[in-house]
Amino acid sequence: MATFGRLQTAPTPQDPRLQPWVEKYRPKTIDEVSSQDNTVAVLRKSLASTNLPHMLFYGPPGTGKTSTILALARQLFGPDLFRSRVLELNASDERGIKVVREKIKTFARETPRNAGVSSDGKTYPCPPYKLIILDEADSMTQDAQSALRRIMETYSRITRFCLVCNYVTRIIEPLASRCSKFRFRPLAQGSSQARIQMIADSEGVQADPGVLDLILQLANGDLRKAITYLQTAQRLHTAGDSPTPISVMSIHEISGVVPTNVVDGLLRSLGVEPGGGINTALATGFDGVRAEVRRVGREGWSAGQVLEQLHDALLPLATIPTIPKANAAIAIAECDKALCEGGDEELQLLECCLRIKEALGKA
Amino acid sequence: MSLWVDKYRPRSLDDCHYHPELSSRLKSLAASGDFPHILFYGPSGAGKKTRIMATLRELYGPGVEKLRIDQRVFVTPSNRKLDVNVVQSNFHIELTPSDVGMYDRVVIQDILKEIAQTQQVDLNAKQKFKVVIINEADSLTRDAQAALRRTMEKYMTNMRLIMCANSTSKIIAPIRSRCLLVRVSAPSDEEMATVLTHVAKKERFHLPATASESIIEASDGNLRKALLVFEAMKMQRPDLEGDIDVARPDWETYCAKVADMILQEQSASRLLEVRAKIYELLSHCIPAHVVLKTIADRIVDKVDDELKASVVHYAAHYELRMRQGSKKIFHIEAFVAKIMSVVKQYALMGMTEDWE
Repeated sequence: MATFGRLQTAPTPQDPRLQPWVEKYRPKTIDEVSSQDNTVAVLRKSLASTNLPHMLFYGPPGTGKTSTILALARQLFGPDLFRSRVLELNASDERGIKVVREKIKTFARETPRNAGVSSDGKTYPCPPYKLIILDEADSMTQDAQSALRRIMETYSRITRFCLVCNYVTRIIEPLASRCSKFRFRPLAQGSSQARIQMIADSEGVQADPGVLDLILQLANGDLRKAITYLQTAQRLHTAGDSPTPISVMSIHEISGVVPTNVVDGLLRSLGVEPGGGINTALATGFDGVRAEVRRVGREGWSAGQVLEQLHDALLPLATIPTIPKANAAIAIAECDKALCEGGDEELQLLECCLRIKEALGKA
Repeated sequence: MSLWVDKYRPRSLDDCHYHPELSSRLKSLAASGDFPHILFYGPSGAGKKTRIMATLRELYGPGVEKLRIDQRVFVTPSNRKLDVNVVQSNFHIELTPSDVGMYDRVVIQDILKEIAQTQQVDLNAKQKFKVVIINEADSLTRDAQAALRRTMEKYMTNMRLIMCANSTSKIIAPIRSRCLLVRVSAPSDEEMATVLTHVAKKERFHLPATASESIIEASDGNLRKALLVFEAMKMQRPDLEGDIDVARPDWETYCAKVADMILQEQSASRLLEVRAKIYELLSHCIPAHVVLKTIADRIVDKVDDELKASVVHYAAHYELRMRQGSKKIFHIEAFVAKIMSVVKQYALMGMTEDWE
């Protein structure tokens, strides 16, 4: 099982040009972490006093949870000790109860070795404990989580745990109560904009006006998504012989957003004037709706995305009365659930559209 | 002699007949040396796999077509042995992890780590990384998808993933945000006509416009189906002239027969007859959800407008139940019984049940 265990720093030096920007621009220190002021303030204090509680980081994807803990660990231990003092486990490692009992327990009970002088000449606080990072902890089984309970207490003198997850509700209560919780908020528009702008400038990205704003809007507070979009778009536009500035169109294509004309076509067949209100004159019979839904499927759009955009287009319309609108929203919600549970895309979307149509027809 | 579908499958991106902008984009990505993880999605028969293979060829040259098939054994933590068939060349490896059902996470973890930790041995290889192709990525379990997350970032140096799926709805958001999404939409009718004419020309015969139209209509945007139907037609009627009907697969006609039976008579004894037919279909390995959908489609076409919405509603309802449950036949039967009751109620009282 050599494959598993201590954090593997990149085995071969990578051509920085080919590195994903998400990795390249990961914050090196916790001060660089964008817009999580409360968390950073607390952590900075604990960095100064070198005393760390067990921690539980939770929040939506792309808000910097993993980046923060990695930066913190780096600042605490420095590059040399990092490998011997930090154990990073994520969902790609086997994390059943067996691993908790063997790997984690063995690592947790080792007494940390003394810190030598760091090779890069800087001094690090190097507190006398080790750090175990359990990334994506919400995908650990209940049993494995319960097995951790006692371990966390027994070895708390020499080991600190940091649990990182998206949904705090999936962490069992006894574990959550042993940790101090940090909530990571979706990034504020301002700070993610600054970050994206910084990356765009240092990578020399050429973009049409409005592109960066669009990226941020589509990413919706997820900085990783925003950076990935930017890099992918940059790849596409500089890959050919003559680099062109990134266009709004290609961002739409990359993000998998359904173009407005497809959604509008669907809305019209349901008897809704896009941006207007109910207009039953536009409504087509059953066959019209079925044809539109078929078209969506044939062009390969994902039903989940279509549903989301249908929802966004339908709900702000002020002219639709409350009750039909609520019924339409229920239809959308139920369809979304069915899709998550693995229902057939075409059938579910068709059913949802018919229900919306009926709900609006009663208005 | 190979089938036309394989014989005329485009080998390189330049040969693909439709979506030229997609081809040029894939080509420039392959040339840039900065190749991302890619998720191909689109309806079946649209040409996802063809484009994946062509992109690989663009990346590594013709060496990628020297394939070998391996049977690999994986061991789960509970010591169960899993056999997985793996297709690989020197540069890539292709697998369908959903074959092993709920144990797909083990396969994903083992294979990816193995690939990721061995570097490219062949010094003449054009790229430093290897490619892992995952088929049917949308039927991967949540666990398996979660296992992909960090691996995709960590081992970016040695490995790239290409995933192939019908829809992105069932792919978890963290994976989607780590991939370049490439949509392959089904070819339009004109594009399909071009492909059919191209094949006819290569086979040195003339394809009448009427025949081409009826093939396109029957295949519903699925080019693979279109070519298969085309070849079958050519076998039956070498001249392709006159009024020919497209040979539908027998299971489709069989499903249509079942639908007609349901509409003719609604009674307990008829339900028994229908059940025998459905067992017949299932025992011939026609996937249960395809059976249900085909029957529902046929019924929708035949019933009055007032009933159509309820038929679709119940089809969607029971299809979902079928995915959640484990015994497929129960749900198809429940669907049939429900439809019978709806149809009968409508015929007797002229009203539809309110299913809200």
